[in-house]
Amino acid sequence: MAQDSFPPAQKPFEMVQDATRVAHKVQIEAQGGEPKRVGAVQALILTGFGINCEEEFAAAYRMAGAEPTIVHLNQVLHGQVSIHDFDTLNFPGGFSFGDDLGSGVVLANKLRYRQTGANGRTLLDDIKQFIAAGKFVLGICNGFQVLVKLGLLPNLGGEVTPEVTLTHNASGRYEDRWVTLRVNPKSNTPFLKGIDTLEVPVRHGEGRLVIPDAAIQQRIEAAGLNCLSYLDANGDGTGVYPFNPNGAALNCAGLTDPTGQVFGLMPHPEAFLSAYNHPDWARRRRQNPGATEEGEGLQIFKNIVEHIAHTRTTAAPAAEFATRN
Amino acid sequence: MSDTTHTIQLTLKPGQHDGDGQRVAEAAARHLGLATGRVRSAALYTVRYPLSETQLSDFASRCLADPVLHDVRLNELTAADGFATYILVARRPGVTDDEGTSAQNALADLLNEPLDTHTQHIFSKRLYLLENDLPADDLRRIAEELLGNKLINWLEVGRVAEGIRDYTPRPGGGAEAITEIVTLTGRSDAELVQLSKENIYALNLEEMRAVRDYFAAPETQAERQAAGLPADPTDCELEIIAQTWSEHCKHKEFSALINYKDLETGEKKQVDSLFKTYIKDATSEVDRQLRANGNDWLVKVFSDNAGAVRINADSLFVWKVETHNSPSAIDPYGGAITGILGNNRDPLATGIGGAQLLFNTNVLCFGNPQYDGPLLTGQLHPRRILEGVRKGIEDGGNKSGVPTVNGAIVFDDRYAGKPLVYCGTGAVMPMQFAGKDSWEKIIDSGDRIIMAGGRVGKDGIHGATFSSIELDETAPATAVQIGSPITQKLAMDFLMLASRRGLLKCSTDNGAGGLSSSVGELAGISGGAVVELERVPLKYPGLRPWEIFVSESQERFTLVVEPGKMTELLALGQEMEVELTDIGHFTADGFLDVRFDGEPVARLNMEFLHEGVPRKVLEAEWTKPAAAEPEIPATTDYTATLGQLLGSLNICSRESIIRQYDHEVKGRTIVKPLMGATGQAPQDAAVVRFNFESWEGVAVSNGILPRYGDLDAYHMSAGAFDEAVRQIIAVGGKLPNLTPGDGIFWSVNDNFCVPDSVYDPVSNPDGKQKLAKLVRMCEALRDATAAYCIPLTSGKDSMKNDFKADGVKISVPPTVLYSMTAKMEDVRRAVTSDFKQADDVVYLLGETHDELGGSEFYALHGQLGANVPKVDFEKAKALYTLVGQANDQHLIQSCHDLSDGGLAVALAECTFGYNCGASIALPESGLPLPVQLFSESHSRFLATVAPEDVVAFEQLLGSRATRLGIVTKEARLVVRHGSREVISADSDVLRSIWTNGPVNQLLGVSNMANTSNSTSL
Repeated sequence: MAQDSFPPAQKPFEMVQDATRVAHKVQIEAQGGEPKRVGAVQALILTGFGINCEEEFAAAYRMAGAEPTIVHLNQVLHGQVSIHDFDTLNFPGGFSFGDDLGSGVVLANKLRYRQTGANGRTLLDDIKQFIAAGKFVLGICNGFQVLVKLGLLPNLGGEVTPEVTLTHNASGRYEDRWVTLRVNPKSNTPFLKGIDTLEVPVRHGEGRLVIPDAAIQQRIEAAGLNCLSYLDANGDGTGVYPFNPNGAALNCAGLTDPTGQVFGLMPHPEAFLSAYNHPDWARRRRQNPGATEEGEGLQIFKNIVEHIAHTRTTAAPAAEFATRN
Repeated sequence: MSDTTHTIQLTLKPGQHDGDGQRVAEAAARHLGLATGRVRSAALYTVRYPLSETQLSDFASRCLADPVLHDVRLNELTAADGFATYILVARRPGVTDDEGTSAQNALADLLNEPLDTHTQHIFSKRLYLLENDLPADDLRRIAEELLGNKLINWLEVGRVAEGIRDYTPRPGGGAEAITEIVTLTGRSDAELVQLSKENIYALNLEEMRAVRDYFAAPETQAERQAAGLPADPTDCELEIIAQTWSEHCKHKEFSALINYKDLETGEKKQVDSLFKTYIKDATSEVDRQLRANGNDWLVKVFSDNAGAVRINADSLFVWKVETHNSPSAIDPYGGAITGILGNNRDPLATGIGGAQLLFNTNVLCFGNPQYDGPLLTGQLHPRRILEGVRKGIEDGGNKSGVPTVNGAIVFDDRYAGKPLVYCGTGAVMPMQFAGKDSWEKIIDSGDRIIMAGGRVGKDGIHGATFSSIELDETAPATAVQIGSPITQKLAMDFLMLASRRGLLKCSTDNGAGGLSSSVGELAGISGGAVVELERVPLKYPGLRPWEIFVSESQERFTLVVEPGKMTELLALGQEMEVELTDIGHFTADGFLDVRFDGEPVARLNMEFLHEGVPRKVLEAEWTKPAAAEPEIPATTDYTATLGQLLGSLNICSRESIIRQYDHEVKGRTIVKPLMGATGQAPQDAAVVRFNFESWEGVAVSNGILPRYGDLDAYHMSAGAFDEAVRQIIAVGGKLPNLTPGDGIFWSVNDNFCVPDSVYDPVSNPDGKQKLAKLVRMCEALRDATAAYCIPLTSGKDSMKNDFKADGVKISVPPTVLYSMTAKMEDVRRAVTSDFKQADDVVYLLGETHDELGGSEFYALHGQLGANVPKVDFEKAKALYTLVGQANDQHLIQSCHDLSDGGLAVALAECTFGYNCGASIALPESGLPLPVQLFSESHSRFLATVAPEDVVAFEQLLGSRATRLGIVTKEARLVVRHGSREVISADSDVLRSIWTNGPVNQLLGVSNMANTSNSTSL
């Protein structure tokens, strides 16, 4: 404790008890007991063990109109929360288990091997079922690394075994810098619908995509699974540092699986929810004072929330209503 | 399976890029002049756990190896052909091995067995194979200077042909849980001093005598007899006293009685505690003024781990800055990472505990990283300290998910012995947790003492006492610790949830002094405690009771829990995989009572422990340093001078360092260290919003100006305070208390780092002069807080920043850092430093004086000068008030504070944001040209105003604004004086010189992104 004692301050100000107004509100509890908003798209956001971007991830879904729930991984592994009660399953960025064995490795290992029930079932089995049911999985940065190390991305063979990897940046260092991405027009994922280019920060040390052979690369390209690429100042795809910050194969910043339901990327769209996150926001707002205060990264979350809501209303509203009760 | 030890080796598949190996080869050539040939790196895991062959192979290939990248070798330690020598880097016993722990986690998941991850079964190592047949001495140099630190790593080197020697630590020396008695009675003064030195108690003779007298007192004797303790103290008792009374914990010199003499004026005075006189009383006066004006946001100052101010009706802002200098000197990485994590624990464990961390900052002072002379015994090269500290901050911040939003680096040869590593952390805490005031620490007799987080080992023993003495070549290895950010992240997540569920009564962190300090201080609230040391979980056997009690093993919190909440708390800990141990309870009997297996280990009177330290009386003498203004040859063209300044060590870009820190995790950083379209415009202060629901936020700045202290410590301190204030004004902040009840909080931490300032005719003959400097620094601090009505809320002093070896002493210059935070009502109104648009009008705000003393311009010419910049607080406050009003009216488009390098450097930096220039005409002010360009007079800004706002702006600012020129579309900085062009250079060339300066060059990022790679003017 520091220097010395000091008379405690008076407390003449009013106490506000209303939890919803509490500015610092931290949503790290599963809101198990609380009723979910009827009809809202439900997003499950995993946290714990070194994951650290869960709050902005939840904010993104909230701003996009969905209802996010942040859950400690153990609550899922121990069966207190079922992923099947949600529409999207989300793996945020961070340093899961410290990333000491390689980014995302220990978490992926846990999902693949840790038995969650007596019958030898693993969380990966649940995730496969979740995807088969037409639901969506999103991984950002460390979350993307987990999906790749698990084999959920790109999953060309459909067997969920690792086909590519993400490893140390060519620069050999962790870096935080802003990059420009282009969406592959061949990509079928609803996450990226209607987006052409996108500015976002990268914040990683192990984002270099390595594709072990030409055949796999050819299949990834043919199916347009390399959904995001790094651009240079002229708007061309580039392998040149720092525009391509890590030296990734195919200048690739993100991947989807062939269904487009599983999507992962190294950069952080959830760190660009407000226009004021951009390093050049002050000059841009001077030039265009009426521009939206939303950040470009939010569109990805709006896209998926809208897609799910739309699918529900057009497909089977009655059935959906039934399962909600 | 007779042998349960297995070795797994992962090597990169042929064709895969071996970045690690390549870096080692490059660094050996560059820094040591050694040709290694190709270097190949491999990861080694030694598994000491019974596994079948199939299990081992599955574990290696499925869990550890990446199928795309790695080949696996099991139980063979061999090298591929073509490599002659090797270096193996292992860890010494008990050193944190996060990689090994992660591997254990993976093994437990694979086997689906519960595997106690707190006991080490897997040991990670790195193996480097070198092509060239280097002699063992050279291999050892590479090992010790590039790959590991012999205090924490076990390093094996040799020829591959002779077999690769492996090393796996076997912790625990088999020492017994014994407590020794230390006889004090009958010891002479010399023997008492000797005892203190031998045991690193860091207590002086008077203090040792006080300890002896306490134990000899009849009432002590009677109490001890009744409690079954020996007459003489136990080793544990002396360790507790030494730690509690350490300079680090007790701030004895800041509390001392000082006899001050000004040899110039003959004035004499007595200072009754620097802390009380200049810090606490000054803040009380500020608080009185604030409250008189309806500003009642000062909630908790000086009495907890961090200071707390009120943001709004719902939440508090918590702010703490500390130093971690001594550990960083001997193990830069470990010192810095434990500095960051330790400082994080302060706001986390303020009041009840469980604040949410918002950001980190760091300010670093190093020797010249380009130094190429000989090093003293035990001294690390400044470059190595810089790189290690940088990496520690990267891992400590990034892995905790806390953005590093700003900082500063100061280079001066006098930091080559002990670097200064300042770590700051801001956090947000709700006003209440489960209906209780969050900032209060309440403890009642009967409450349980819970240790949470990491386990205890020998690491960090004597950290508190060790940092209270000067550093020499015999620094103890156990004083070094390695932090585990992941362990702390788990504990942090747990604390946040436990506090919100109302399970905690309060908490504190285990930092310097370990349990002895944390329990000892908390016990002061209830009036006593009983600790049962045999319950404390250890990393390995063999610790003595006193070692358990004072160990500074990291990532630990001490929690205070009501007995009725224990079940729920323990269940939550289990769910979140945070180890919780009930190690005793609080009492009200006035004693700190420590036991092991029921046997008494220590029993100390709390009042003696906390109040019994004898007060120091110190001597200070002020003599004004002899100084003169130099003759610098005049010139007509200062373009080259500007280039030299931009490329100088203290001004050049720190981008390669900044970008390795995550400065935007959490998505709330609004003004980052580098901004603009280029991402290369340096900013004055960071701005962070508190959450996603409102636009309220906080501006964060740092003021530090050690160079000026060579001329006058008072003006150095005043200038540093002003620098931090004006940086916040520059980004759009407002001074506090200008309007009744405006609620604009300011929260400042002072951090003094000075050389040994206690006079000793032999070992410290200029101690009186050094202490006088400290007194003057404190006087300036008091004057500044009063002038701006800005309160101090917490702080730290580090009093022994000297490094002694081979008969040489390297002492830091007296240094003070002011770390400031201030509320921003709407972060969208923040102002960044870079020029925004052509035709905007450029103004100099404030006044330039003939104050080149201590400037970077003089430093360029190898001169110090005499005319140190002085702050005129009244005029500064008036200007800052006007700038605030101009911002209220949206009149300012860019604003940059003037500091190192003066106006010329600020002008150049403002063009770095996008491709623009400026056309500037210097006024005929009567000041010499170099003064106009390079003087570092305080309280000045370079601001731009849109053409349509010029009239309103000039009307508001009046004579405080001097119109200098306009922003131009042409990317060229042109400065005229009368009819002459005195500076003319392409903006992108200036930016390239700044960007390719020594710091970025040294850290290996050549060719940073820039439109121009030309660095010639």
